[in-house]
Amino acid sequence: MSENRAPDTVRTIDADGVGGVERTQLQMITRRFLRHRPAMISLGVLVVITLFAFVGPYLWTWDHTVHREIPPSVPPNADHPLGTTTAGNDVLGQLMRGAQQTLKVAFTVSILGTVVGSLWGATAGYYGGRVDSLMMRIVDVFMIVPLLVMVAAIAGSVRGGTTWWAVALIIAAFSWAQIARVVRGVVLSLREQEFVEAARAAGASPGWIIVRHLLPNAAGPIIVAATLLVAVAILLEAGMSFLSFGIQLPDISLGQMIGDARTAASTRPWLFYPPGVLLVVICLTINFIGDGLRDALDPRQTMERR
Amino acid sequence: MLVYTVRRVLGAIPVLLLASVLTFVLIDLSGDPLADLHVQQPPPDPEVIQLQAERLYLDRSMPERYWLWMTGIGGNGDIGLLQGKFGPSTQSATYDIGANIAERLGVTLRLVGAAMVFALGLAVLTGVVSAMRQYSKLDYALTFVGFLALAMPTFWFAGLVQQAGVSFNELVGTPFFATVGDGTYQAQGLSPWGRFTNALAYMTLPTIVLMLTSFASWSRYQRTSMLEVLNSDYVRLARAKGLPNRVVVRRHALRTALIPLTTVVAVGMAAIIDGTVLTERVFQWRGLGEFFIQAVEANDSFALMAWLMLSGTTVILANLIADLLYGVLDPRIRYE
Repeated sequence: MSENRAPDTVRTIDADGVGGVERTQLQMITRRFLRHRPAMISLGVLVVITLFAFVGPYLWTWDHTVHREIPPSVPPNADHPLGTTTAGNDVLGQLMRGAQQTLKVAFTVSILGTVVGSLWGATAGYYGGRVDSLMMRIVDVFMIVPLLVMVAAIAGSVRGGTTWWAVALIIAAFSWAQIARVVRGVVLSLREQEFVEAARAAGASPGWIIVRHLLPNAAGPIIVAATLLVAVAILLEAGMSFLSFGIQLPDISLGQMIGDARTAASTRPWLFYPPGVLLVVICLTINFIGDGLRDALDPRQTMERR
Repeated sequence: MLVYTVRRVLGAIPVLLLASVLTFVLIDLSGDPLADLHVQQPPPDPEVIQLQAERLYLDRSMPERYWLWMTGIGGNGDIGLLQGKFGPSTQSATYDIGANIAERLGVTLRLVGAAMVFALGLAVLTGVVSAMRQYSKLDYALTFVGFLALAMPTFWFAGLVQQAGVSFNELVGTPFFATVGDGTYQAQGLSPWGRFTNALAYMTLPTIVLMLTSFASWSRYQRTSMLEVLNSDYVRLARAKGLPNRVVVRRHALRTALIPLTTVVAVGMAAIIDGTVLTERVFQWRGLGEFFIQAVEANDSFALMAWLMLSGTTVILANLIADLLYGVLDPRIRYE
């Protein structure tokens, strides 16, 4: 039932036993997702944070850079609700910019990693045999290098510092392998099914079968993995920036803010706590959304039933 | 079994070789080991730069450099991974990469070992309790803690724990927890008991930090696998036979439910290595994490390569051991 074969409409018994209502696959998934309370709350919070990060800078007086008019090292007050840094940055302004850079990096990584990983995994799974074992060996190589260490080594060696999109590219280059593994697993079972055989018999090329038949049917696991990749990317970017190998000054990211405030946690707590709390909240919401998506897309895996 | 082991070990070699080529090319392309000399003020003699380039084998082409780094044939006798030499360092002419790694290995292994043991123990405990009391308040609380831990950036959590340690010390009036350093120096010349308390003071907080992420994900896996087993037919049979609950859980269910965890732990090895770098940074340990950060900052390609090969080999070995253990633990799996 979870596989979306040719007919778009499935006659189904509703989970509540109301029965007989005709719904498309998408409507059923949306309904299940809308009923997942943690995921819906998380989605709301994430939307608010995204607005804060992207619209906030237009509304707030100060940006993330150093200004001579800003008094240094002031605790939170009316003019600077989250205080200021020693150099003379407004922490609220930094927080908006930091969240913005974090989200930009994370979503870019997720999109790039998912596209590359899905195609790679689907190709390996579809062809099988030697192609498969060679392609998966390469995936193995990416799985054995500790991600954070690798991206930090590459980004840290780049001269003149790195911008947000360079950081995103580097993280994506090393994190697509996880997606490839997931997709290959799904495709391995899909390719044995009749609809693939039918497509092949009708003369479809391997590329067409992969893109039009296999990937859409693997959409569920792919979407879930892509969501989780967002959280992975956020923590990776934060870790890199914390080690000061990520986004460089005068630009700012949340990890960098924590790194700078590392020794000031007790003397100037307003520098240390806000970026950390924001990072945790962003990651939490994304993980909950991923959980809700998994439950909606594949009801067999739901934690609640069993 | 022996045949399978040999085949797996041989199978790991191409993966390691491929990894070495890939990382070597990337490290080589991304950084310039002479960067510091080029921006130095006043500019150094071109001859100095030339000498440094020759010392670091930068006058050769990249494939040649890889060959040199791997075999050491045609080098100055300080390079060649297969001969156990890691190559010259940019940090100084006398900086010995191999000796430095050996010196720091103990510090890092101590932390990783402790964190893994405690994370595993706690994960099994909470995972089993969660599964036994499914949908209870406790289960939901543990699930939420797991989610929170997975969303927590290691380095921020490390800062929080460090801060808590400082506050605790102020509260009790004695430096109970050491929040800075690894304690190797302080342990010199102490009695065995003194060494133990010293290690306790220095290691407690970093261990808590490093075990957090692994604990969270392992505990989730343990819960799932325990639930699966508890709902299986043979456990139902054990209950139907009238065995006491304690025996069913400990002797029948738990043993089987532990098997999948071996793979999960091995896969988590890479994440632990990442965590070590961040944890050592916050607590200022002189371990392999610090070695890595210094190597990146100094554009020290050969030191980075040595570090990455070491961690890659560790992860591969962990996976190999997990696969072999799997065969021992689960009699249904045959490797013939």
